[in-house]
Amino acid sequence: MRNVWTITRKELNAYFRSPIAYIVLAVFAIIFGFFFYSVISLFMRQVFEQAQYTVMYGRMYPLNVNEMVIRPLLSNVSVVCLFLVPMITMRLFAEEKKSGTMELLMTAPITDMQIILGKFFAAFILYACLLGITFCYILILFRYGNPDWKPLIAGYLGQLLLGGCFLSFGLLLSTFTKNQLVAGSLTFGLFLMLWILNMASEYASTQVGQIVNYISFTTHIENFSKGVLDLKDTVYYLSVIGLGLFLTARSLESVRWRG
Amino acid sequence: MIEVQGLTKKFGHTVAVDNLHFSVKKGEILGFLGPNGAGKTTTMRVITGYMPPTSGNVSVAGFNVMQDPLEVKKRVGYLPETPPLYTDMRVDEMLEFAGRIKGVEKSDLQQRMEEVAEKTAITDVRKKIVGHLSKGYRQRVGLAVALINSPDILVLDEPTAGLDPKQIIETRKLILSLAGEHTIILSTHILPEAANTCHRVMIINNGRLVAEDTPENLTARLQGFDTLRLVVDGPQAEIQEKVSSMDGIREVAASVTHDGKVELSVQMSHGKDLRREIARAVVESGWGLMELRPLGMSLEDIFLQLTTKESLEHEMEEAPESPVGSLEQ
Repeated sequence: MRNVWTITRKELNAYFRSPIAYIVLAVFAIIFGFFFYSVISLFMRQVFEQAQYTVMYGRMYPLNVNEMVIRPLLSNVSVVCLFLVPMITMRLFAEEKKSGTMELLMTAPITDMQIILGKFFAAFILYACLLGITFCYILILFRYGNPDWKPLIAGYLGQLLLGGCFLSFGLLLSTFTKNQLVAGSLTFGLFLMLWILNMASEYASTQVGQIVNYISFTTHIENFSKGVLDLKDTVYYLSVIGLGLFLTARSLESVRWRG
Repeated sequence: MIEVQGLTKKFGHTVAVDNLHFSVKKGEILGFLGPNGAGKTTTMRVITGYMPPTSGNVSVAGFNVMQDPLEVKKRVGYLPETPPLYTDMRVDEMLEFAGRIKGVEKSDLQQRMEEVAEKTAITDVRKKIVGHLSKGYRQRVGLAVALINSPDILVLDEPTAGLDPKQIIETRKLILSLAGEHTIILSTHILPEAANTCHRVMIINNGRLVAEDTPENLTARLQGFDTLRLVVDGPQAEIQEKVSSMDGIREVAASVTHDGKVELSVQMSHGKDLRREIARAVVESGWGLMELRPLGMSLEDIFLQLTTKESLEHEMEEAPESPVGSLEQ
């Protein structure tokens, strides 16, 4: 565990010493800020309309902040992450391979899994920072509204798990090449494909379509963002993360054999 | 300390290392010598546990690299050809990180860092960023990283490559000072380096062991014949005949240089020095003696002879015939 933490600390240092962490965080803050603004303005309009109806029909139709603001916001987060996660993961192994520092790690008395976990946790912490930014925006809602915090937690947990899947596969693709750009493009391509598959299979009635829909990362986020903590989805995400890390370990082993 | 038996490493269909056997004793400095692509780096990578061998047994300090890779790695310090350094770290941070992943106890770490920094003479750059250092300093930081957990065995892949002459001498001194407490394997394609620093030299070519001995013995074993280089201004056929007909000459090879002189490579029988006689014969025949000098067999010649492929034979013509057969083991 000590070794894992050593690697994690080194990776976090590398993120925050280079501009990459700040760029990712800043880009994310701006994009999310825009989403936040447009969702809120939409919500405000609905609030006014609702107020009119209340006057007209003399009945209250309470609007749900969780359903109408937080849920669409969080589902946007996963789309934005599609674009930003490759920037987080692409350097993890590609850079080490390019600069030759891979040899230091691989001849140190630590296991491949410790290296992988160390890197994964570092990327995960950076990703959690991204989510942390969104949380700052959400806090504003608590100031002026009265959202329910329980589905919020479920929603964030779902986002963390989904992010973990993205990161573990990004990590895998980063072991394939010593070129960061190639690693990044592969990762981005894969995520985009998964996303498109998900959109295409959403209304599919064939069995293949349903299977694809089940496999797709983003399908399983639905329950979480509704505020439902489903064991099935949690297990799904944890096994996908596990699979990604396992394949990364196999890939590293192959790197060893091939030199 | 290190036992290598039947080490073979293949990459697809390419055989990088072919059935290599050798062992290194404690405190010894072993030099791997060979042209680029001979399999030196691959061999070293197997010993350090970086890559598994295709077949064969490699054990380091009694631990098999396949079965106990972590135990092996604890005992081996490795400096690859490009020092594995994070260019955005400070030297101190780099050492600290290396110490941590190599399992140096936290309480000893600061002291170890100071010791290796002093040993490798990088104390004055400890606060600098690795990326801003010169090649020579980086090499030394790389060495400090390899030394941080005081490994029994040091594996250095071309430790002097890319350094200036002064740095080469310093690095050499440093390596010599490390011998004794560490067992060292170093690879190089620069021969004087092997001759100066190593107790034993292994010449490797195409993944095979070509020769193995002390640098002195290697040189001595090949000095069975004395060879002269002779450049004469005159008719080639006559000169060649004249020289070959002399007593005590084994063989003469002649060619015409680009400016029309005749260049001969003359092999004399063992122990004979015919320079006076040859000079006299040339001058008395009225030809111009342009050059006459003995070609001592340096480690360089041995190396070239042992490792040059047949495709380069036209280059070999200038060099004396080699007794390669007698060296192959």
